[in-house]
Amino acid sequence: MRKRMFIGGWGYWDRMSTNSTTSDRVAKVFGEETPHPRGTVWPARVDQYLDEGLDEQDVDRWVQSACLLCSNGCGADIAVKDGRMVGIRGRAGDTVSHGRLGPKGLYGSTPWAASPDRLTRPLIREDGRLVETDWDTAMGRIVEVSKRLLAEKGPLSHGFYTSGQLFLEEYYTLAVIGKAGLGTPHMDGNTRLCTATSAAAFKESFGADGQPGSYTDIEHCDAIFLYGHNMPETQTVLWTRILDRTRGEDPPRIVCVDPRRTAVAEEATRTGGVHLAPRVGTNLALMNGLVRELFIHGWIANDWVAEHTVGIEGLRDIVDPYTPEHVADICGIDADDLRSAARIFGESDNVLSTVLQGFYQSHQATASSVAVHNLHLLRGMIGRPGAGVLQMNGQPTAQNNRECGADGDLPGFRNWDNLDHVRQLADAWNVDVMTIPHWAPPTHAMQIMSYAETGSIGFLWISATNPAVSMPESARIRKILAGDQCFTVVQDLFLTETAELADVVLPAAGWGEKTGCFTNVNRVVHLSEQAVEPPGEARSDLDIFLMYADAMGFTDRDGAPVVPWRTPEEAFDAWAAVTAGRPVDYTGLSYAKLRGPSGIPWPVNAEHPDGTDRLYTDGVFPTGTDYCETYGHDLITGGTVSEQEHRAMASAGRAFLKGAPYTPAHETPSDEYPLLFTTGRTVYQFHTRTKTGRARSLDQAAPDAWVELSPADAGPLGIDEGDWVRVESPRGAIQVRARIGRVMQGAVFAPFHYGHWDPDDLADADHRTANELTMTVWDPVSKQPTFKTAACRVTRLRAGDGPAPAPTNTASAPASGANDAAAAVPVTGGGSATSSRVLTETPRYALDPSQVGSSHVESSREDH
Amino acid sequence: MPHLSTYVALADHSEQTLAESLRAVAEGHARQADVFHTCHTLAGWSDQHRQDLAPVVERYGEQEDVDEPERLRADALTNTREGEIGLLRDLQDLHLLATLVHSTWTVIAQGAQGLRDHQLLDVATSSRQETTRQLTWLTTRMKQAAPQALIVAS
Ligand code: SF4
Repeated sequence: MRKRMFIGGWGYWDRMSTNSTTSDRVAKVFGEETPHPRGTVWPARVDQYLDEGLDEQDVDRWVQSACLLCSNGCGADIAVKDGRMVGIRGRAGDTVSHGRLGPKGLYGSTPWAASPDRLTRPLIREDGRLVETDWDTAMGRIVEVSKRLLAEKGPLSHGFYTSGQLFLEEYYTLAVIGKAGLGTPHMDGNTRLCTATSAAAFKESFGADGQPGSYTDIEHCDAIFLYGHNMPETQTVLWTRILDRTRGEDPPRIVCVDPRRTAVAEEATRTGGVHLAPRVGTNLALMNGLVRELFIHGWIANDWVAEHTVGIEGLRDIVDPYTPEHVADICGIDADDLRSAARIFGESDNVLSTVLQGFYQSHQATASSVAVHNLHLLRGMIGRPGAGVLQMNGQPTAQNNRECGADGDLPGFRNWDNLDHVRQLADAWNVDVMTIPHWAPPTHAMQIMSYAETGSIGFLWISATNPAVSMPESARIRKILAGDQCFTVVQDLFLTETAELADVVLPAAGWGEKTGCFTNVNRVVHLSEQAVEPPGEARSDLDIFLMYADAMGFTDRDGAPVVPWRTPEEAFDAWAAVTAGRPVDYTGLSYAKLRGPSGIPWPVNAEHPDGTDRLYTDGVFPTGTDYCETYGHDLITGGTVSEQEHRAMASAGRAFLKGAPYTPAHETPSDEYPLLFTTGRTVYQFHTRTKTGRARSLDQAAPDAWVELSPADAGPLGIDEGDWVRVESPRGAIQVRARIGRVMQGAVFAPFHYGHWDPDDLADADHRTANELTMTVWDPVSKQPTFKTAACRVTRLRAGDGPAPAPTNTASAPASGANDAAAAVPVTGGGSATSSRVLTETPRYALDPSQVGSSHVESSREDH
Repeated sequence: MPHLSTYVALADHSEQTLAESLRAVAEGHARQADVFHTCHTLAGWSDQHRQDLAPVVERYGEQEDVDEPERLRADALTNTREGEIGLLRDLQDLHLLATLVHSTWTVIAQGAQGLRDHQLLDVATSSRQETTRQLTWLTTRMKQAAPQALIVAS
């Protein structure tokens, strides 16, 4: 079905586009393909969704923003009608998305805002029940407890747990309140659960956080390695970009490391690449095997390595025992598959690697992710188009939490162990250097909860996240939050599972209801403008933090307020100023600049006024002892390297090649719990479904939790498609329906999105939180919890009345020919109509090497 | 070489003490997941050091009755303490034990060099490197625990 559409205000692109097509993007997740040859720019395609019954003519205004439903950060405009958000449209000129949006962005961006169950007034707990109140009363209670605890126990009694979904201005403001106002080291975000390993791996290898690669690498590479990254499920628009190359002329080969037979795995087979399906918890053995193959075959850029790295000899010794056969034994893979994968890496000129939760939330997370860097460093494949690393993030603004220091880090990628760095902040904030907590490693999320458990932290403020569902061992977390030992404040859009347990609940404004910036996973900054008013008395998170700071009266050395700004723009400018001279340099950015062509990657400064497509083009890394963000850690224990030890390594601008031996996972299958439990996500839901669960098209595509079993495991247990099963670990159990699916034998997969909240009040919603089963254990360096490895057992409860509620057109598809029931599983679909136009003329993107003549693709740096 | 064999015995014994104590702290503070897992890992390292040393012990003959430097014979931690301040004290005890192990390997390495005993020198050098890593972790963890334990914990 094709129809001509009127494009208000976008006449130019309209003339330059093909006719618009209409499609159900639940069924067609990636939309129309636009294949193109290697080295050419990714074509633009503008995707759009409007509420049913509305046409473009009905839209009053389009407001600049970017999608906030995953780390990709697709530039988009919000459609506003009669003061309500009624849809979304991709921005053709946006560097990230070239106009595209995925199903989550299209369907999930706006419906939640007008949901009748939005929080519109503050709530306080009276006689055990949450009751409505006004702001003064709610804030009065918070300030009273805060002041009392400060007087009694000092700032270490305070903890803040934030999100990967606030804006940069909000994180920075909170960071200043926490570090300069209060002086507490207990600040972290749920970014700890999703992206901490990405940051940690960068710091260990390159000296500081910061994504080296760029999405434009996709157009120039010979091969793409995806490590534990089910991209078609997590960042659909990025996967669309890859598909447009693998389906185009001279395509790259795909190599997939994933225990599930995902769409990535299928694309690997299709492109002549390899699918490696290691046993859950054995990633590092596999990586050590790959690195060893490079050494054995001499696929090493010797001169480049000598000039730009330190540590090659130590690494060679560490990986030496990992022969393909030994690795095959540990990982349960074919030794020749490992050899083939290594050969693709060793013989390609340009490889792009992407890494996500399959590595980050698994055993030996940081060491495995660092090993990806080692492969690139050994081959000198970094800093030029096509040769890059993308350590991914889960959430849209995770990067900003890391940059701004609302997590444990110091703002601007500063080193808490370097007194000069701390002094720079003390000067910027005009406070005593001792106020800023830098005398101990920052407290990570699980430790914050542990202190809250004993009451050692007596005041815990949670913003825009739902730990009662998303943290490991969720029963324990709920007990901590519900107990009297710790006063909890929760600030959110809805009365989430976490808010229900709080002492004070504050109604927050969401995306489109406030202004602020955020930065996606490849350093691209977007401005998201306020489009509509928040409902009732809801306020922006920034205003709420400012209100607290004012009421507490935090002052600097001269008695002036420690947080002097009032507006998002002022907060942004304060942030930009504090990044001067650091790798994460925002000094060349302003709201005015961000209102121009959208999507600008940092660093942006006098030297790079339009931003920077990729880092380390000169092979110089931020590893100097006086400049780096960390001195590094022991990858096995997490013990910190001292300043003297770091200085002795004389790294000065060279990257670190660090390795570690494989060790078995903390919990391995036993007779009692014979299967391995692993968690993950589905393309149609985001996080704990706060927004996506309120979008009809998305919710009905994945309405309830399920668990995936391999046919080989399900058979002996007597389990058929759709049967109700009980999955149990030493910590807890869930009761959900079974999909006979594509996990490897011995593994059980469950999506983590589902808590007891349900838009349709499902009866069984109390027994489906996957994190009831996971363990409280974390990586020694990144402190990211290990969601992916726990032992479990599965028993059949009763027959279901149809197939499992799992989508069928994604990784949760039924196993082919598993049994008769699978054949009867209906195909997922039923999304509302969206429209899409492919542009015949692609806009110019400021830094795109396919369009910038000067940045031709160099040949490899091979010198073996 | 009666004194070198005394020190070889001391190394063996103090590594054993350290391993047992690490395991006791792991179990005693199991609710601190990182303490639980890391202490078990580090205990495994100490076990390995003893295994590596075993052939040397056999060569020199472990002399149970030779007077060891008695004041250096530390006892293993069997009872761990409670709470955040308890954890801090237990970690500090482990640090003392590991320091003893570390200096013992240093002393042995000197003796092994004098004797040109390559096997012993290798064991002493590689073990001492790992003892350094054990000490580094203990220091890191103590620094993390100290402020909260000293200032806030009840
Ligand atoms: S890929 Fe991510 S950012 Fe882009 S539209 Fe989909 S959910 Fe939004």
